[in-house]
Amino acid sequence: MMKSIRLKLQQLWHGLRRLSGDDAYERYLAHCLAHHGESTPLTRDAFFKQWQDEKWKGVKRCC
Amino acid sequence: MNALLKKIIWLLIVVTGAAAVGGIALNRGEEISALWFVAAALCVYALAYRFYGAWIAATVLVLDETRATPAERFDNGRDFMPTNRWIVFGHHFAAIAGPGPLVGPTLAAQFGYLPGTLWILVGAVLGGCVQDMVTLFFSMRRDGRSLGQMARDELGPVGGAASLIGTLAIMIILIAVLGLVVVNAMKHSPWATSTVASTIPIAMLVGLYMRNFRPGRVLEASALGVALLLLAVVMGGWIDHSAWRGLFDQEGLTLAWMVIAYGFAAAILPVWLLLAPRDYLSTYIKLGTILLLAIAILFLQPTIKMPALTQFIDGSGPIFGGKLFPFVFITIACGAISGFHALIASGTTPKLLANERDIRLIGYGGMVLESFVAIMALIAATVLEPGVYFAINSPAGVVGKEAVDAVARISAWGFPVTVEQMQLLASQMGESSLFARTGGAPSLAVGMASIFGSAFGAGMLALWYHFAIMFEAIFILTTLDAGTRVGRFMLQDMLGNLWPKMGETSWMPSVMLTSALVVGAWGYFLYIGVIDPNGGVNLLWPLFGIANQMLAAIALCVGTGILIKSGRLKHAWITGVPLTWLVIVTTTAAWEKITSADIRIGFFAAARDLDVKLASGQLPAAKAAVAPQLIFNQQLDAWLTIFFVITLWVIVLDMLRIASRHLSGKPVPPVSESAHIPSRLVEDFARD
Repeated sequence: MMKSIRLKLQQLWHGLRRLSGDDAYERYLAHCLAHHGESTPLTRDAFFKQWQDEKWKGVKRCC
Repeated sequence: MNALLKKIIWLLIVVTGAAAVGGIALNRGEEISALWFVAAALCVYALAYRFYGAWIAATVLVLDETRATPAERFDNGRDFMPTNRWIVFGHHFAAIAGPGPLVGPTLAAQFGYLPGTLWILVGAVLGGCVQDMVTLFFSMRRDGRSLGQMARDELGPVGGAASLIGTLAIMIILIAVLGLVVVNAMKHSPWATSTVASTIPIAMLVGLYMRNFRPGRVLEASALGVALLLLAVVMGGWIDHSAWRGLFDQEGLTLAWMVIAYGFAAAILPVWLLLAPRDYLSTYIKLGTILLLAIAILFLQPTIKMPALTQFIDGSGPIFGGKLFPFVFITIACGAISGFHALIASGTTPKLLANERDIRLIGYGGMVLESFVAIMALIAATVLEPGVYFAINSPAGVVGKEAVDAVARISAWGFPVTVEQMQLLASQMGESSLFARTGGAPSLAVGMASIFGSAFGAGMLALWYHFAIMFEAIFILTTLDAGTRVGRFMLQDMLGNLWPKMGETSWMPSVMLTSALVVGAWGYFLYIGVIDPNGGVNLLWPLFGIANQMLAAIALCVGTGILIKSGRLKHAWITGVPLTWLVIVTTTAAWEKITSADIRIGFFAAARDLDVKLASGQLPAAKAAVAPQLIFNQQLDAWLTIFFVITLWVIVLDMLRIASRHLSGKPVPPVSESAHIPSRLVEDFARD
């Protein structure tokens, strides 16, 4: 019972991190590892700058 | 057994839904619990989602879960990325739900609760949800292309240009009217003004935290920001009673200039410093407050005080002029059908879908939830005593500047209210006056505060009121920032065709010039809205509604055109019917706004009336000084309306031309759908 509650909370936390982009860098690292194993990934700092600037192009919010 | 049980449950939903809708519709003269509205909405949504949405997905669009989505094919770990459907749902909903579904239903409550409720429910399940889902589907099948690109590819250059210009125009009007809503909420309210002002440094602080201090720690930074925002609401109350008060006690016009200056600064500042962190904060506050409101309504079950219909369905309404038909359908755009959603559904969202079958949840379901937000806003507006609702929302130009005149006028309409009642309410809410606080935000905040107050303790009404104001202001300002920036990019893109240097988004002279043009455009309408004694809402909101419905019609034209071209003529009515309705509504509304002799409806009539009064010296000096500007603006608005309706008809006729060419076997632009590539995610796809 306690275990399943903990699991649920963990899932919720992961969802929240995913939704907010808190785990964007970790996902990016995993993506680099899976798809282009040899190239050196960006640092957290550099990645976040790029990610944030990219995220804000185009229509993102509505009325 | 299981199947039988399911049938019984759906039958029960049908019966409950029918009883709730019937109860709401047929109730006359008796007070009715808000729970009926929630029940009616939930049953209608459940049935529509389960049967109509599923039927569209399976029979009309024929979703193919074995087909690779753009997210899978172009997976780059950034914008294209197969994502869990609930995460996509969250992103999509956060993007589509803005202040529109809160303001529109509040204003439309002047007709009574019934027209708004029915239009929100029917418009959403037959119109808005279908538009969002179909646009999302077609964009996904075209590698996530935008509405403008799809219009150009599928209908031709005319359709493409119309959608581009339409988008820019609606953005300008939208920002102006939202700016007006914020200005009216802050006018002579030091508490609201200081709280809203403090959201700017708080957002910047959060931006610096995320960018430099702890890069990428989005949640930490957001938690800090939300805590500071709540503190700012409390601090506002303290400022209201301190020596600082005078600094934040400002006239509408001063505040309008500040909003304009802010809009310009926000458009040229780097995204990470203001826009991005503000968006995080507004998303959390927005989702949190909507959830809280839903819980409070369920828990408290407030009583609806507004009658089902008021006498204002005849067009004489104080909040905006115009008859029930077509104006309720123009006033409530977001929440029933909003063209703006088509831009989101053909932007970020299609690039995240992991599987085609997720489209029903995200496209149809996302709009269902937004529609529910609109229903809650309607409840919050109609739980107020109607007299109070009209006292807050009627402009001084209609009911009179003095409180005594206003209450006499409103009471004479059959909605009793007293000066003492309004004074008590204002002091409870921590405001000096609540008369003529047009724009919908203050009355929604009073409604929300009274719901929250009775659910979570009445001692903090003023705090709840200003929390609600902050909640509305923060995402209105986000839309203002984001919209100005999008407008700037679009303008840079257009000017780039004439002079390539202007198209460089980081070239400072171009950034300054295009930002100034966009801000100048919406700033003009905001300025006029503030100086207009009849309240700019009557002027701007219908214009916004017409523009938004025009954009929806463009999206539905693209959808209908593609359905016909891809051999689905038999089912083209799913977008064709809402399209026809919107064309009728928008054209009728535009016609009335242009030709009506009633000065509160017709733009030209208002201009003429003012011209005659000015010439014959009937106007008091203060009004005579601004009259030439108002006359010019009324004429401009009329021409703008004519332009909108022509654009609408151009694209409708263009779509019909393409459709009839296709049906008679003549050549048309080919269907630009990407080739079928089997998904590799299907077999081993584990929901992450």
